[in-house]
Amino acid sequence: MTASMISLDRSASAKTSDNRLTNAKSDSCKSSSCGSTAKPDDMDPATWEKIKDHPCYSEEAHHYFARMHVAVAPACNIQCNYCNRKYDCANESRPGVVSEKLTPEQALRKVISVANEVPQLSVVGIAGPGDACYDWRRTKATFEKVAAEIPDVKLCISTNGLALPDHVDELARMNVDHVTITINMVDPQIGAKIYPWVFYNHRRYTGIEAAEILHKRQMLGLEMLAARGILVKVNSVMIPGVNDEHLIEVNRWVKERGAFLHNVMPLISDPAHGTYYGLTGQRAPRAIELKALQGRLEKGAKLMRHCRQCRADAVGLLGEDRGKEFTLDHIPDAVSYDERNREAYREVVARERGNHAAAKSEAIEMVKAAGPDGSLHVAVATKGGGRINEHFGHAKEFQIYEASPRGIAFVGHRKVEQYCRGGWGDDATLDGVIVALEGIDIVLCAKIGDCPKKRLADAGIRAVDSYTYEYIETAISMVYATEFGVDLLTGTA
Amino acid sequence: MAFKIIASQCTQCGACEFECPSGAIELKGENYVIDPKKCTECEGAFETQQCASVCPVPKTCVPA
Ligand code: SF4
Ligand code: SF4
Ligand code: SF4
Repeated sequence: MTASMISLDRSASAKTSDNRLTNAKSDSCKSSSCGSTAKPDDMDPATWEKIKDHPCYSEEAHHYFARMHVAVAPACNIQCNYCNRKYDCANESRPGVVSEKLTPEQALRKVISVANEVPQLSVVGIAGPGDACYDWRRTKATFEKVAAEIPDVKLCISTNGLALPDHVDELARMNVDHVTITINMVDPQIGAKIYPWVFYNHRRYTGIEAAEILHKRQMLGLEMLAARGILVKVNSVMIPGVNDEHLIEVNRWVKERGAFLHNVMPLISDPAHGTYYGLTGQRAPRAIELKALQGRLEKGAKLMRHCRQCRADAVGLLGEDRGKEFTLDHIPDAVSYDERNREAYREVVARERGNHAAAKSEAIEMVKAAGPDGSLHVAVATKGGGRINEHFGHAKEFQIYEASPRGIAFVGHRKVEQYCRGGWGDDATLDGVIVALEGIDIVLCAKIGDCPKKRLADAGIRAVDSYTYEYIETAISMVYATEFGVDLLTGTA
Repeated sequence: MAFKIIASQCTQCGACEFECPSGAIELKGENYVIDPKKCTECEGAFETQQCASVCPVPKTCVPA
């Protein structure tokens, strides 16, 4: 199999001969960009090597690479007020939720099937539904099996941190480069409002005492990981009135102790989920409150803005979940790993991301040079690969960018209900999409029908489908230039 | 004396299974069950019954 047979398109099967790269007009390598890398200037090469294929740790990588979570660790040693592990709903997308718990053997079968079918796969993670470090025997058995079959896949875990210090050495030995710790407080008074109990040293602790133990173990684990050069992402759940202001201090603490990324996520507290917070009416933060807090944290540990709070059994690129295609009943009893698809895909990406990086910096320079003090909020429909390649009606989320004299910045994503299903669009759904796109000036997509286009226009949002297959940043820079009436430098496309 | 698991409330997380010092808890088909002949109520091993202390669902590991 040759590299040219692999598509960057997430939905294309690896076996397709339809080469979208050629359509994407990037195969002709620009002499200026050959050999360039996508490494940001302010990052050392060793760190870049660790994160460059990890969709959660690198915003750039999330356009190209996919993760999968295997739900092998259902047991947990603490209780969080936002978690109810009994609940599962196939339409629900949130951490801790799974449809199917796996044994390590079943997990290996699933990983191999996904690796064969989804060449974008680069990370296998264990994120519950319980705690990966507490349920250590299953976590370890799974990692050992996967590493033996697919040595180049990255392994990562999520943990509440309580049992983490006991396993740091083994994590290092197993080449686990990435660990996510959920840290919601550094003040046990606040912790007592989030955690009703912890189970530690064979007994249950409650109240401040419980939060103190958890806090000490989290800080110890973080320091131990940082000392071994393992990258740590800290996840914090923003709970209005409980820890929202406090997260500024959490950010400072974790930055001082070497956390690589800080990811602030909104509380999910739907009463239907049966969590303590859901049942007691604790509200979730509004999108604008989350954005404001992230803005205030900007100077601390580096923030992650592309988290999708995915299910503990999610499969695929971050904006999608193909988990349902890979449940055990869809997987043959005997599977064998075929490395060709993934290898071919990686070759394509290596070439492609150099071109993308060059196009991106060119586009950003252009927007900066354009000079006016205009600002544009752009929503992009994409299937991955960093390009505008998704139909408006097929998008389940839009990636949001802001273009201003400071350049082009990714600010996050907004989930929507898919508007077009099997050829017909539903008006009520379109209303919902329009609400979700509040504040957006322009939507960039591969294609859009006249009717939704007009409805968007009535709501003050312009939809543009003339940049199909173009790089996201390049298209934004062109729109920006048109918008603010500046002449573009020639030779950009 | 022994403990038992109320199957209808259990989430099948398995935490009780690996915390039980007596090896009394096993997954039988869909459910975790406590073998009353093996359960010691953790007497002599720990201060509290491990299954009840770790179980995330209240009143699920209870005296039989
Ligand atoms: S929950 Fe967030 S951090 Fe974890 S895999 Fe999903 S996007 Fe990445
Ligand atoms: S009470 Fe103790 S010995 Fe009995 S089942 Fe529970 S953990 Fe095991
Ligand atoms: S700890 Fe409780 S919920 Fe978990 S398996 Fe045991 S009885 Fe069931």
